[in-house]
Amino acid sequence: METFPQLVPLIVLIPLVGMLINLFAGPRLGERAVGIIGSTAAGLSFLIAVLLYLYLINNDYQAVVVNPPFLNAWITIPSGGTFIPWQMRVDTLSVTMMLVVTGVGTLIHIYAIGYMHGDPRFARFFSYLNLFFVFMLVLVTGNNFLMMFVGWEGVGLCSYLLIGFWFDKTRGEGWKNSNAARKAMIVNRIGDFGLLMAIFLIFWTFGTLDYFTPGEIANPHLAEELAHEAEAEHEAEAAGEIGAPAEGNAAEAVTEGEAEHAAATVVYTNNDHIKTEQLGVFGQTERFLEEGHDVDFGPFSLPFETVLVLITLFMLLGATGKSAQIPLFIWLPDAMAGPTPVSALIHAATMVTAGVYMMVRSNVFYHNAELTSLVVALIGAGTAIVAGFIAIGQWDIKRVLAYSTISQLGFMVAAVGVGAYSAAMFHLVTHAFFKALLFLGSGSVIHGMEHGHHHAHDHAAHDDHGHMKQADHHPDEDKPFDAQDMRNMGGLRHRMPVTFWTYLIGTLALAGIFPFAGFWSKDEILADSWLAGLFDNNVGGYIAFALLLAAAFFTAFYMWRQMELVFFGQPRTAAAEHAPESAPVMLVPLIVLAFLSLMGGFINTPANVLGLDTLFGAHRLTYFLEHSVVNAHAAEFQLPIALGALALAVVAILLARAIYGAGHALVEGSRDPLAVRPETAPVWSLANARLYWDETYYRLFEGPFNRLSRFLADTLDWSFWHDYFHNVIIGKGFNGIGQLLARPVDLGIVDGAVNGIGRLARWSAGRLRTVQTGYVRTYAVTVLLGVVLVVVLLLLPLFTRAGG
Amino acid sequence: MVQTEAYVILSAVLFVLGVMGVLLKRNAILVYMSVELMLNAANLALVAFARQWNQMDGQMFVFFVMTVAAAEVAIGLALIVAIFRTKRSTNIDQLHQMEG
Repeated sequence: METFPQLVPLIVLIPLVGMLINLFAGPRLGERAVGIIGSTAAGLSFLIAVLLYLYLINNDYQAVVVNPPFLNAWITIPSGGTFIPWQMRVDTLSVTMMLVVTGVGTLIHIYAIGYMHGDPRFARFFSYLNLFFVFMLVLVTGNNFLMMFVGWEGVGLCSYLLIGFWFDKTRGEGWKNSNAARKAMIVNRIGDFGLLMAIFLIFWTFGTLDYFTPGEIANPHLAEELAHEAEAEHEAEAAGEIGAPAEGNAAEAVTEGEAEHAAATVVYTNNDHIKTEQLGVFGQTERFLEEGHDVDFGPFSLPFETVLVLITLFMLLGATGKSAQIPLFIWLPDAMAGPTPVSALIHAATMVTAGVYMMVRSNVFYHNAELTSLVVALIGAGTAIVAGFIAIGQWDIKRVLAYSTISQLGFMVAAVGVGAYSAAMFHLVTHAFFKALLFLGSGSVIHGMEHGHHHAHDHAAHDDHGHMKQADHHPDEDKPFDAQDMRNMGGLRHRMPVTFWTYLIGTLALAGIFPFAGFWSKDEILADSWLAGLFDNNVGGYIAFALLLAAAFFTAFYMWRQMELVFFGQPRTAAAEHAPESAPVMLVPLIVLAFLSLMGGFINTPANVLGLDTLFGAHRLTYFLEHSVVNAHAAEFQLPIALGALALAVVAILLARAIYGAGHALVEGSRDPLAVRPETAPVWSLANARLYWDETYYRLFEGPFNRLSRFLADTLDWSFWHDYFHNVIIGKGFNGIGQLLARPVDLGIVDGAVNGIGRLARWSAGRLRTVQTGYVRTYAVTVLLGVVLVVVLLLLPLFTRAGG
Repeated sequence: MVQTEAYVILSAVLFVLGVMGVLLKRNAILVYMSVELMLNAANLALVAFARQWNQMDGQMFVFFVMTVAAAEVAIGLALIVAIFRTKRSTNIDQLHQMEG
């Protein structure tokens, strides 16, 4: 058990192997083997996560930092003093994430075997899913922000690949899918810019990216508290005994902390013995805040608190991208173009919670950046209510769930904003259960609808033509039948009983009905935001509370609307009439997840509620997380808030039942009852049009962006750069210089010189040739004259001497 | 014994005769003969000075000159014969194809 943490590299390696096998050998292995390999890889990862969990609970939650072989010196620049190791961190927070990701993920893998049956790229689908596992687990197990970023980008890639998985569908749907994938990619780039900026700032400020260095205690307050408790216990035990100073023994008894060297003689309960620069970023933050610190940026320097606000705001931008918050949530509804297991795994349960995980991991930053916390709370709560409102007006079964996911992520983000980090994680876990369940259930419905449509497709195609004309949430509407349109469903509870009952459990859990999982986690967030307003004088807490309460009302309303439209009433199309129940391989994950949605809330039951804490323990998850989340705290159960929220949810469900139930789910053939009534019509159409959010972005950004690019392309690039700069300045100038060099310089000077020499030689030769007369006697005379000359020259000195 | 000056004067006269012949005669053969005359004038001067200074170098040199002159005549006459065969003339004034 002591060596379990050393297994953590395998949690990444096993899915990697699974992915490679399925990628290269998958098409030859056949569906059965591919499904088994993919699911086994996921299952083994889950097994390792469970082993890590067992290690933690049996070793006083001691965090362990593991250096995987070969990757220890991941990025080393000795001259720059840069050393970023590839370290994996096993602590309560990362193990919680691992359990959720691998647990829910494994179920979805199994489900996908049934859902993707018959798909021509079955093997590729599973290798992508396993690749997603690899990156998601890198994201959650990393001990530094750079590893988180690697995972962050990797899951983004997998998301892109899987949203556009059916890029080759006919009738323009393939285009829609690949556009959705691109949209997700591009919107996430904006968020990733924020995360990158945050990472740069963190590195500049702290000189390291590690969360905690090995040997550092993540939560010294807790460690000291526990040490005191243990001391007191020990004193009580040793009350009658003589001698032995209690202190020394108490220190030994306390093994809290993350010293890997278990044999070390000194056990620390705080980090005071570690130098500041050897601490991780969070430890350094505490020191800087205590001692006061300015961050030097060269030409200017900023107080540390300001830098912290900047870091957290940039991080928040990253989180709004990945976790689909205002202003970057617009990609998630389109991401539903991917196969449903992908929507469940990536776009509901795991990847989109990465932003929440990041903020909870950085709770020390957020806790100490009040301004950011306020912004986070407002963004989260705002997103929760906006997305909840939009969900009311949607027809696509998966789109409703997508907006619901955005809304629930808003709850988690708001929880981070009001400082309820453990509540955020709690909601993350329960949401993973019930939202995965709902997505898989919707997948089962879609699957059934498609089969039902095949069963009787001529009628269905005809009947639905009228509906489709009005459907305004699908841009290109030339396909004859939409298996995801809730208007085509109805009465499915008789056709698909297992799907219905599990979906019902998921709906109740999401709506926050006692005692389902969502009730507990949502209530904790509401209570925490209320308490943050009450005790910390945090205005954001009150605002978040009010908005989240309204969002909770919307949640219950749109979920029950969906139940009525899909499962109750009479079948509205032949497809719904003939929809068969899905295969057991798809139903078993639904049942498991339904169980988890029912019981998941009890991992963090508050104290003193109906005696449940005696059965399940009180605040178990919070106390578990406390060991790695410094600012985690358990909120006391607030009975009025819980009852109020519950009543609100029940009222919303009853209201939805009154409006959509009893056979009038749709009026005038295909219209929403709310859309028909004059007093609610404008509000409903606003929700149906998604608050014109995309259109506003189109106006605000895409229009100006297109105009700007057109200006850049046509005017600046083509007219100015090509026509003017290239043609006129460069072209003409080059020609001019060329002419100058060619005519006067080359022809005139260079050629002139060469030709001149030639002409000179020719001219002088012409002169000289006349000397050669050809007459022998001329030569003879010349020779004679020469001789005479020589003789004269020879004799001249004689004469001069004689003369002289 | 005849004085050396007499030989030298004779040699000079012969040389000038040769020069005149070379410059004035138009017949190639006569030009040749004049060249030979100049050579022999030089030979005469050489042997005269050799006797005067009682050194045999001059006399030795005369043999060389005569040998070279013989070779020269052989080639020269052959050339003249060849020129005559093509031109039907040995008039050097007509042989000026080599003018520039």
